[in-house]
Amino acid sequence: MSTAEPMAPDAPPKIRIRGLKKAFGSNVVLDGVDLDIAAGESLVVIGGSGTGKSVLLKCILGLLTPDAGSIQVDGEETVGLSEREMDRVRRKFGMLFQSAALFDSLPVWENVAFGLIQGKRAKRDEARKIAARRLTDVGLEPRVGELYPAELSGGMRKRVGLARAIATDPEIIFFDEPTTGLDPIMGHIIDNLIAKLTSKLGATGLSITHDMASARRISTRMAMLYKGRIVWDGPTAEIDRSGNPYVEQFINGSAEGPIDIPLQDHFA
Amino acid sequence: MVPVLQPLGRTFLAFLAVTGRLTLFAARGLSHCARPPFYGRSILRQMIDIGYYSLPVVGLTAIFTGMVLALQSYTGFARFSAESAIPNVVVVSITRELGPVLAGLMVAGRIGAAMAAEIGTMRVTEQIDALVTLATNPFKYLVAPRLIAGVLTLPVLVLVADIIGIFGGYLVSIYKLGFNPSTYLKNTLEFLTFEDVFSGLVKAAVFGFIITLMGCYHGYHSKGGAQGVGQATTNAVVSASILLLSFNYIITELFFAR
Repeated sequence: MSTAEPMAPDAPPKIRIRGLKKAFGSNVVLDGVDLDIAAGESLVVIGGSGTGKSVLLKCILGLLTPDAGSIQVDGEETVGLSEREMDRVRRKFGMLFQSAALFDSLPVWENVAFGLIQGKRAKRDEARKIAARRLTDVGLEPRVGELYPAELSGGMRKRVGLARAIATDPEIIFFDEPTTGLDPIMGHIIDNLIAKLTSKLGATGLSITHDMASARRISTRMAMLYKGRIVWDGPTAEIDRSGNPYVEQFINGSAEGPIDIPLQDHFA
Repeated sequence: MVPVLQPLGRTFLAFLAVTGRLTLFAARGLSHCARPPFYGRSILRQMIDIGYYSLPVVGLTAIFTGMVLALQSYTGFARFSAESAIPNVVVVSITRELGPVLAGLMVAGRIGAAMAAEIGTMRVTEQIDALVTLATNPFKYLVAPRLIAGVLTLPVLVLVADIIGIFGGYLVSIYKLGFNPSTYLKNTLEFLTFEDVFSGLVKAAVFGFIITLMGCYHGYHSKGGAQGVGQATTNAVVSASILLLSFNYIITELFFAR
C-alpha cells in the first residue's frame, strides 16, 4: 500500500534517531544507527535474525537505555527522560508485540481497553464500548471480549493485540514481526488490517520484520539493518532496484553474498 | 592461595550486588506503595488470594501444631509433674512463634511461588514490556498492590491461625489428656498477654512484606523461558523462607531480649 500523503520536504520527522549505540557486554548490537521516520509514513526495518531490530525498537520505546546517541520524538529528546516523563511520551505510542503479549489475567475486552483505563483514566463502561468497537475494527465479534486470551487462537490473539495497540488512537504504532507464527493466509490478513488501520488513524508506522512479503505489503519505505547500522533505505517501490548488494542478497534470500553469518549469530 | 580466594571474592561480590539490587527494588516498590494512583481492584484481588484462599492450609497447619504442642508438652512436663503449665506453653508458643512462622512458611510456599511464577511468566512473554508501552508502571501495577496486600493480610491470617492453634491444644488437652475445660480456658486467658499477640502480628506484617517482595523480585528478574520461571519460583520460596526465619529471630530479639 502507499496511502501515506507526501509530506513537505522540510517537515520535521516524527522520530529522528542519530548515532544510536547499544551493546550487551562485548556484544555490540547497535553501532551508530541514523534513521528518520516521517509523519504518516510506514517504515519497515528489515534485517536478519540477531541484527538488532528488536533492540532498536526497545530503545525507541524506552524499554532499553541506549549507550549513546539521540532519539527524538516530535523534536523532543527522549534519551535520559525520567520514567514519568517517558510515560507521557509513550501515550503517543501503540505497540503490537510478536507474540501479542496479552495480559492473560484479564478478559479480552479489558486487554483492549487497558491503555484507556490505566493510561488515559477513562471510565470502565466507556472504555468497554470503545474496546467492542476496536474488536469489530480488527474483524472480531464483540462477544470475543468476554473470553480470556488463553481461549484464543494465534490469529485471534494477534488481532486482539492489534486492537489493543490502536485503542488509544496512537500517533505512532510499532509492529514487532507482525506475521511471525501465523500461516501465510492469516499473515496476509493481518498485514491488510495493519495497512488499513494505520492509514485510517493517520498514524506513523514502524515495523520490524524479516518476512519480505509482509514488508512489501505494509511499508511505504524500507530500511535495512545490518551489523548495527542502516545500510540502505528508500521507498518500497525501489527495493528491487536498490543496487545494494546486502539488500539484494536479503530479498532474494540467497546464501551467497556479502552478508556474513557468523555461527554465534544463530544462537544470539 | 589464589584459586581459593578468587571464587570466595567473586561469591562475596555477587552477594553484595544482589543485596544492593534487592534493596533498590524494595525501595522502589515501597515508594510506589505511598504514591497514587492506587489499584484498589488489584489490592483486593491479592488480599483474597493471600488471605482467604490460604485459610484452609494455614488452619490445618495451626490446628495440628496446637495439638502436637499440647501432647509433646504433656509427655515432657509429666516428668516434672508440671502438666498445669500446658495452657501457658501452648498460648505463648503459638502466639509468639509458631503462629506467625508456620503461617508465614505456608504462605511463602503458596503465595511466594505463585507470584514469582505469574510475574515471571509475564516477564518472559513480554507482558511486562506491554505494560510499560501502555504507559503503566509495572512497579505500581504489579509490585505495590502485592506488597500492600501482603503486609495487610498476613496479620489477619496469623490472628486466625493463633485462635485455631490454641483451639487445637485445647482439644487434645480436654479430650485426650483429661484436663478440666473451664480451668484450661481460665489458665489460657490468664496467660494470654497483649505483647505476645502483638509481637506475633508485627512479625506477620514483616513476613508478609518479605514473601511478596521475594515473589515479585524473583519473578520480575526471571529470564529465559520456562526454565527461568521455574528457577525464579524456587528462588522466591527458598529466599523468602530463609529471610523469614532470620527476621523472626531479629524481631524476637527486639521485642523480648532485655
